Amino acid sequence: MSEQQTTPATDERTEDDRTAETTQTPITTGASSAVRALENAGVETAFGVQGGAIMPIYDALYDSDIHHVTMAHEQGAAHAADAYGVVRGEPGVCLATSGPGATNLVTGIADADMDSDAMLALTGQVPSTMVGSDAFQETDTTGVTAPITKHNYFASDADTVGDTVGEAFALAAEGRPGPTLVDLPKDTTMAETDREPGPARPPETTTPPTEADAESVEAAAAAIERAEKPLLLFGGGVVKANATEEARAFAVDNGIPVVTTMPAIGSMPEDHELCLSWAGMHGTGYANMAVTHCDLLVAVGCRFDDRLTGGVDTFAPEAEVVHVDVDEAEISKNVHADYPVVGDAKAVLDQLAGEVGQAPDAREWRQQCQTWKEEYPLAYKTPEDEPLKPQFVVEALDEATSDDTIVTTGVGQHQMWAAQFWTFTNPRTWVSSHGLGTMGYGLPAAIGAKLAAPDKDVVCVDGDGSFLMTIQELSVAVREELDITVAVLNNEYIGMVRQWQDAFFEGRRMAAEYDWCPDFAKLAEAFGARGFSAENYDEAADAIENALAYDGPSVVDFRVDPAENVYPMVASGGANGKFALSEDQL
Amino acid sequence: MSGEDSTDAPEFETERGYELDGPGMPGPAPDERPHPEGRRNTHGVRIDPEAEAKPRHRTAVVSALVEHEPGVLSRVSGLFSRRQFNIESLTVGKTTVDGHARITLVVEETDAGIDQVKKQLAKLKPVIQVGELDDDAVRAELVLLKVRGDEPDKVHAITQMYEGQTLDAGPRTITVQITGDQQKIDDAVDAFRQFGIIEIARTGQTALARGDTPTTPGEEPGHSTEPKDSTYRDETDDDDENQLTHQP
Repeated sequence: MSEQQTTPATDERTEDDRTAETTQTPITTGASSAVRALENAGVETAFGVQGGAIMPIYDALYDSDIHHVTMAHEQGAAHAADAYGVVRGEPGVCLATSGPGATNLVTGIADADMDSDAMLALTGQVPSTMVGSDAFQETDTTGVTAPITKHNYFASDADTVGDTVGEAFALAAEGRPGPTLVDLPKDTTMAETDREPGPARPPETTTPPTEADAESVEAAAAAIERAEKPLLLFGGGVVKANATEEARAFAVDNGIPVVTTMPAIGSMPEDHELCLSWAGMHGTGYANMAVTHCDLLVAVGCRFDDRLTGGVDTFAPEAEVVHVDVDEAEISKNVHADYPVVGDAKAVLDQLAGEVGQAPDAREWRQQCQTWKEEYPLAYKTPEDEPLKPQFVVEALDEATSDDTIVTTGVGQHQMWAAQFWTFTNPRTWVSSHGLGTMGYGLPAAIGAKLAAPDKDVVCVDGDGSFLMTIQELSVAVREELDITVAVLNNEYIGMVRQWQDAFFEGRRMAAEYDWCPDFAKLAEAFGARGFSAENYDEAADAIENALAYDGPSVVDFRVDPAENVYPMVASGGANGKFALSEDQL
Repeated sequence: MSGEDSTDAPEFETERGYELDGPGMPGPAPDERPHPEGRRNTHGVRIDPEAEAKPRHRTAVVSALVEHEPGVLSRVSGLFSRRQFNIESLTVGKTTVDGHARITLVVEETDAGIDQVKKQLAKLKPVIQVGELDDDAVRAELVLLKVRGDEPDKVHAITQMYEGQTLDAGPRTITVQITGDQQKIDDAVDAFRQFGIIEIARTGQTALARGDTPTTPGEEPGHSTEPKDSTYRDETDDDDENQLTHQP
């Protein structure tokens, strides 16, 4: 390490710090200090859109090695940063200017917040002397984003702006991850300073636990030992805490069947005997049967979202609940925890593994779970003369790609089919919008994922409605020469809405028909990507092969059966055990 | 890969795709499946099927020690409105430690709700410590009452009864100040009604734990020091002051 700097903080730097690797331009402004903080934190890629109030930051980025990816829309920047962070396991960074730039980030920030994805958003702001005057492109960004960030900052001092950015970055990743934001008024970023920011460290008032207290672990372990029908429920926290190894080992060592939540897809290999895939509204029948009949539910890093639980009064009705979470506020928020265990998933699973002396006697229960797998398989009809089935497309894509392929999706029926019919075996290979359910997430997420993991294949399974919402980001994929494949399951409907209209609104398909969508294959070509379309099984096979083979962004417009619906389905607020297998069961 | 004959089956087999009879999937219909009776209430708390499922509300006084930085009050009040917590009153003021303030909240919620209030508050970055006060805590509220000045003697008598002070007296109005616990304030307001209350301003309760009990955990009783390592703060004090002046 060559020491080029005159910072007093040199003794605190680690080998990971990139600060000392190359000769750096000296800090001259608040903006360059902020950018230095990003470099110190190890940021390699940032996504954003230029604009008036953020220009000083961009000017500082001109001298930085950080790869800035200009997105077509700020929403795309936020989603790309979110996905980048999910794949990398570190906060993704997005930038936008004040006013409309910042408000365009809002959807992506809210999405990251709901899914506990670590993300740092930097927004420009009008000069602080003009704040409050309704100046050009002024929005109260900290006010607007307060409810959807872990914390946000108004940086008012050029000397400390670097430390603030570093703190925000560290806070995003600390404990339960989430988005943070630093609002950067232009006078702060323009002002002269030579202050080197210190290492990124989280604020003192936030002290998340790592290990849980021994007593709560003991109690939980005892409950596990005596359970007859134990079930592990892995949530997104398992993936975020990099605890999949420990989680899998715990399940296998103790012979406990596993269901996951949607964000935790990939935490347990879905082809493993003990894995019952994911539970919830469109989860597998066997996962929902297991949740309904277990006598002990060991939930790790999940927040019991209503799409998982249905009505809480009928959720795991026979079960005592062990709830492991790093965020104490999640304990007993939605479902009462009989055994609360507050701590980091990785550490707690280690503790639990040490504490559980004898695996529960659950042979019969395991067999019961296998029986449910046979009784309620995920399946669909595939006669050759029928229109192409979307589920087939997902399976075919899965089979044509490797196990570590990253799948991103938009939101809707296609998302559910992708989650159901793709067999995920690795963590961080499923990147989707869960809590907020943001249509349009898929394509920018694919861009973020590909930049985070250039060596992996990235497939975006999208819907026609969802794809159209952020389709302009194709231009970014083309410019960045990203080898991603977008599979549009085009049924000419905003399909999930149509499914609900048919089931609950007497088939009155108000505003659900999307037969006005453009020709996606042609549109892809217009953007400079490759476009394919497929209407039947043979064309689908060809298109999949050609699209995956093409070295660059490609779009396949799969004209799938417009009548196909997503099943199983637990009615909203209903009992998990009463999933419908077809519309007439709703 | 190319389709030589369009009526052929697809050129690769999928794992689970197979033909089914009739609509839907195999397995019994919802009503035919075993399904245990629900044993949780709407708060997710396990209950006996026959037992009372309605959770009862109670009033709690929550005290939060916070960093006195811009926007902290809006973050706290925003949290309450966003999460639909029923807030009765909220008071805020500086403490003896520079940069610290104490927020006292009176909330009316179920036990689970109060638990959530405290945990969600504690999660906010500017919040240092959160505590809930016992029933025996020292609580006080201040009220300013402006009444008609027609009967100054009677008003004065009532003010004395409630150990209040007359702050302003004119030919048309008299303004008095009463302090005390909530019951005393309520009673005083009732007593002043006879004169015709023109305006009223109540602060809401503020409270401290009695005796040696710390109001927020980690606090040292009898000292002004509050639970916080101040070394880090010192470095950033300038920043805070600037924020105070710049933030709208």
